[in-house]
Amino acid sequence: MKCQKCEKPATFHITEISSGDYVALHLCADCAEKYLKPKSDNGENWIQKQAKLEQTADELAKVDQKSCDVCGITFYEFRQSGRLGCPHDYVCFEEELEPLILNIHGETEHRGKRPKRPLLAQEQQTEMIGLRRKMKEAVENEEYELASELRDRIRGLEREDPS
Amino acid sequence: MDDLTGRLGEWLKGQGPEADIVVSSRIRLARNLGNFPFIRRCTDIDRANIESTVHSHVRSLNEFKDALYIPVEDLDELDRQFLVERQLISRELSDGEGARSVIVDPGERFSVMINEEDHLRLQVMKSGCDMKEAWDTANALDDALESNLDFAFHDRWGYLTACPTNVGTGLRVSVMLHLPALVQTRQIDRVFRSLQKINLAVRGLFGEGSQAMGDFYQISNQLTLGKTEEELIEQVQEVIPVLIDYERKARHFLLKTARQQLQEQVEHAYQTLRGAQQISSEETMHLLSKLRMGINLDLMDAVTIAMVNRLFLETQPAHLQKLKGSPLGTSDRNMERGQYLQSALGPIDQSEPGPTS
Repeated sequence: MKCQKCEKPATFHITEISSGDYVALHLCADCAEKYLKPKSDNGENWIQKQAKLEQTADELAKVDQKSCDVCGITFYEFRQSGRLGCPHDYVCFEEELEPLILNIHGETEHRGKRPKRPLLAQEQQTEMIGLRRKMKEAVENEEYELASELRDRIRGLEREDPS
Repeated sequence: MDDLTGRLGEWLKGQGPEADIVVSSRIRLARNLGNFPFIRRCTDIDRANIESTVHSHVRSLNEFKDALYIPVEDLDELDRQFLVERQLISRELSDGEGARSVIVDPGERFSVMINEEDHLRLQVMKSGCDMKEAWDTANALDDALESNLDFAFHDRWGYLTACPTNVGTGLRVSVMLHLPALVQTRQIDRVFRSLQKINLAVRGLFGEGSQAMGDFYQISNQLTLGKTEEELIEQVQEVIPVLIDYERKARHFLLKTARQQLQEQVEHAYQTLRGAQQISSEETMHLLSKLRMGINLDLMDAVTIAMVNRLFLETQPAHLQKLKGSPLGTSDRNMERGQYLQSALGPIDQSEPGPTS
């Protein structure tokens, strides 16, 4: 869910209750802070944050056309929807995502649990996502022979799955 | 599905530590299969393949051997709403499109949503304030799932999720609190502000985007990256005693300054619930909230907390219709709700002493 006042994810859900009526507000942390803070108390800090945001927006505009070579999503599409297209986006948009993730979490390194067994190799997983996309395109273009070829290749990779 | 009707899920049992204020604790883990695109870029075939891959792997797991497999795609709106009211699925999964399902533990201690915002959303629910126990269960279930599913994992970013707000641990720990006195004394906004400063989110009863009906609030962590699961749980855990303390102080304040008024409110709520010919879901929630607080403050002994918890669930629109066994429009529902409450709480006895005695 998006913030009602900007494009960021809404993380703050406020219900105003007055004379038996409910008004629901869905805001991101920054807008919620602005909304909830007494008017006199949000001087410099808030403006500084806004400036930072605008800087980021400027930088983001330049990379909007960049797209993921595996799933095809553009950075613009991600910014609009707030949702990434495939796991490989974290690799191909790493540079662009890093400041964003730092902004959200204040951290850039995972410290929690890790898979206990070796996973399917990243390249193999990525290859399978790419093949699925090619298969979809082949079906759309009515290239059914190619589509079934691709399907067999995906199945072949699935069979190598250690499970 | 009908097995669930008439029963009470784990999270509404009204047991566990601090159960008068802390209704339930919940752990959610977001996971994605590494060899499929995220949901947004999935074709219908991808979604169906994800579903069948997960189902076939889960069926081989001992931890899930009694689980129910519910194809949400095939359910009518009433059944989907029923699952939302029981908190087994989210609104997003209910209102979504295409192949999607939920795997539910028969005791409703956990569920796994498939093809929601992420490929898998595992959640574990506990009654009362019991986050660590919920995490142990979730961690073990996640290990079991991971024993034969290849999750998208990045050495630096951790578990990869469709939205970067969940990346890393994919963990959301949330606690549902009943805070009627903080609402009544108008301190709740101040509490929200202080929670926001320490990166905790506040939501209504049904999660994202829902109203805080019946004075129920869910407190959860906002950040998912850069800390261990235990540290994230600790962050939520340590604020709960503070909130419990605030709520208790507010209740004490109300008792001290407005005992008579409070007593009247609780009694009025009880009589209204028993006597209403027709009553809306919102008003029922509002009055049940008053009743719940009254019981906890020893102002009311005619009803138990367990009964109030049951009524909170069973007076919700879809539950009412499932119990009745037929679909009902809004006004018929309000009539049915009145009758249901009357039979559950007993009709008003004219010989009983009046509300203010």
